[in-house]
Amino acid sequence: MKRRDFFKTAALAGIATLFSPKSLANVVTENELTVASSPDLVAVMGGEPEVMLIRALKELGGIQKFVKKGQKVVIKPNIGWDRTPQMAANTNPQLVGALVKQCLAAGAKQVLVFDHTCDNWQKCYEASGIEAAVKAAGGKIIPGNDESMYREADLPHGVNLKKIKVHEAILDCDVWFNVPVLKHHGGPKMSISMKNMMGIVWDRGYWHRNDLHQCIADCATFHKKPVLNIVDAYRAMKSNGPQGKSESDAVMMKSLLVSHDFVAVDTAAIKMFNQIRETNLADVRYVALAEQLKVGTQHLEKLNVKRIKL
Amino acid sequence: MKTLKHIRRLLAILFFLPILLFFIDFTGLLPLFLHKLLQMQWIPALMSVQVGVVGFLLVLSLLFGRLYCSVICPLGVFQDIAAWKSRWFKKKGRRYRFDYRKPNNILRYSLLALTVIVFLLGSSAVVVWLDPYSIFGRIITQLLRPLFIWANNGFSALFIKKGIYVIYGVSQNAFVVIPFIITSVFFVIVAVMSWFRGRLYCNTVCPVGTFLGLLSKLSLFKIEIEKSSCTQCSACEKRCKSQCIDSMAMTVDETRCVSCFNCLSVCKKGGVKYAFRYGKKQEAAPVSEINSSRRTFMLTSGAVVAALATAKAETLTGKKDEILSRKPIMPPGAGHLEHFNTKCTGCQLCVSKCPMHVLKPAALEYGISGIMQPRLAFSTHVYCNQDCTICSEVCPTGALTKLTVEEKRVTQMGIARFRKHKCVVYTDEKDCGACSEHCPTQAVHMIPYKNGLTIPQVTPDLCIGCGGCESICPVRPYQAIYVEGNSVQVKAKKPKDAQKFEKKIDNFGF
Repeated sequence: MKRRDFFKTAALAGIATLFSPKSLANVVTENELTVASSPDLVAVMGGEPEVMLIRALKELGGIQKFVKKGQKVVIKPNIGWDRTPQMAANTNPQLVGALVKQCLAAGAKQVLVFDHTCDNWQKCYEASGIEAAVKAAGGKIIPGNDESMYREADLPHGVNLKKIKVHEAILDCDVWFNVPVLKHHGGPKMSISMKNMMGIVWDRGYWHRNDLHQCIADCATFHKKPVLNIVDAYRAMKSNGPQGKSESDAVMMKSLLVSHDFVAVDTAAIKMFNQIRETNLADVRYVALAEQLKVGTQHLEKLNVKRIKL
Repeated sequence: MKTLKHIRRLLAILFFLPILLFFIDFTGLLPLFLHKLLQMQWIPALMSVQVGVVGFLLVLSLLFGRLYCSVICPLGVFQDIAAWKSRWFKKKGRRYRFDYRKPNNILRYSLLALTVIVFLLGSSAVVVWLDPYSIFGRIITQLLRPLFIWANNGFSALFIKKGIYVIYGVSQNAFVVIPFIITSVFFVIVAVMSWFRGRLYCNTVCPVGTFLGLLSKLSLFKIEIEKSSCTQCSACEKRCKSQCIDSMAMTVDETRCVSCFNCLSVCKKGGVKYAFRYGKKQEAAPVSEINSSRRTFMLTSGAVVAALATAKAETLTGKKDEILSRKPIMPPGAGHLEHFNTKCTGCQLCVSKCPMHVLKPAALEYGISGIMQPRLAFSTHVYCNQDCTICSEVCPTGALTKLTVEEKRVTQMGIARFRKHKCVVYTDEKDCGACSEHCPTQAVHMIPYKNGLTIPQVTPDLCIGCGGCESICPVRPYQAIYVEGNSVQVKAKKPKDAQKFEKKIDNFGF
């Protein structure tokens, strides 16, 4: 390499890192482009939940990249409501089941699934179809209804929330996946990946009393982040969220969004949702608030986004 | 003649155990059809006007005497167990030391008359307190069941710490101070009476026992002592937990005999017989002792007047603090408040079977005569599931009419009242929406407020009073949204479905 070229490259690399540290590799070693740059966000459309999940994981480098042999894995879907899968109030059971299978195939020692439900937990686990799907896939579904299962954790970067009580499954695991469903929500407008975090904590009443949006953003600063946010948009709930009245609240979208970035994946999901119901990103205040707390970015154009239609 | 006693015992166990376990069962494991055993109880059968069951019980009593008391009534069996256990604490020679006592006729007939008259006047105030089956239900639900739940919760916490998920914590819902005290007092009275004097409670306080006592004067079979073979050894008298055998006079007070057959099995001479009443002529039955009728009548009327006065004095709305005054919320299927208050005997079966733990015995919410009757009490995550009909299915007295899931979904038990001035959206100008989130019918829904905020609004016609909103409203201690009970449960409107979205989404939109 010539001296001049070296400087050029170094300068470019320097500028590049300012925007996205991942593109550094691309600039320095062009021929390794495809291997080194895994996308920041993968969007898949047009398949069954399991097919879309496997495809998205493949784009991200395979499940082995996230789950190592012998690890304890936790999957946190949205199982908040005593509703059937057709109503899209809970995460799609096939998606959860498929993810359990993937984790076990990658050598996970155990895969636990839970949610701190809103309705009676046993009814939610059953009606959502998730209990059956998890058991069939070889995972273990555990309750989240008892305060004794929660331990305090600090949120040093939180604004309104400085401490939260987190389910011990999350605290004690090696890796965890956040698997929300895309829904309209009467309160904070949208329920996606950051809103789904409410299901790992105990006292949610406090959130509602103390600026729900800020608390949702605060919780996203929790140090133990999910390795991936897998947003189920196979069916999305367009109205009367978060539990819906009937199946006509659900819209078939056959989509899946996957990212490690809370803010990016919620931004993308809201934009996608905007096609079925007009939703102003700024009204979903927690997205911008989380960005301020450096949880992630709303600027999808600056990210490596992979869009796949099946 | 030991077989009769064994059969009685076996039958008693067959009735008692399932009832006991059904009341204790906090996991919902036992099948709901067990409540059929409770419909066979006298007062529930009368309350729900089950002609077949009442007929059966009548025939049973007319044939065999008070077999109901020694086999079907769980409180009766409970007393037998108490009396039986008491033997372990007595010296060998004194184990079977019952002796003949005179009946307390004034008390027993007054209580029976009081119960009947007050009930005919349209109040179940006395029945609620004295129905033996309901007393048993309360003792188990409020005193015994909580111990099992504590144990369960202790073990489940222990197991879960070890990563074993087999049993789960269950919340305690039956504890309310006033009903707890009343139940405890009854428990002590019944237990002490039976510990020392066998079936004294049944033959002095219990209106059902007294009524059946009158009936058994006509029963086809009855216990009697054959004078020719009796040696007056008093073995039968000592074993008679009803204390109704006078071995010296060789008489049996059949109004108090509960057909336990213990006396039959101890008599070595075969002098005690369970014999056909109308077969051979016998000498006059022991003196009928209802001659104190005038005194009884005076006492009874006095007590009735007193009871009516208290019943009048009660008001349903109650005082309560201004912030959250409300009418009580009846369980689904209760229909009219009057109907419900008259038919419910406060047996707590619905309370113990409610999977949402939202039913609690009332203190004074329904007034004095409604103490211990169930009401809905909401707290965080505790509300009435719109698809659940269990309480209406198990109710043995007909106070709750059986509902289908479809009916339940539109049964309006109360109506949510929204108090805007307390709502987080109004006071803090911040989004919340917890109430609407938990509303299964979207009777509580969010409407645009200002600055992109949304605020709850209630459509009363759609509201079923399930309490989802109240249970989750973060404003405490007095929620910004709460449910006011209906005195008459009406049909709510069916929520309209949202408009279907038919277009196909082909773009990612970003």
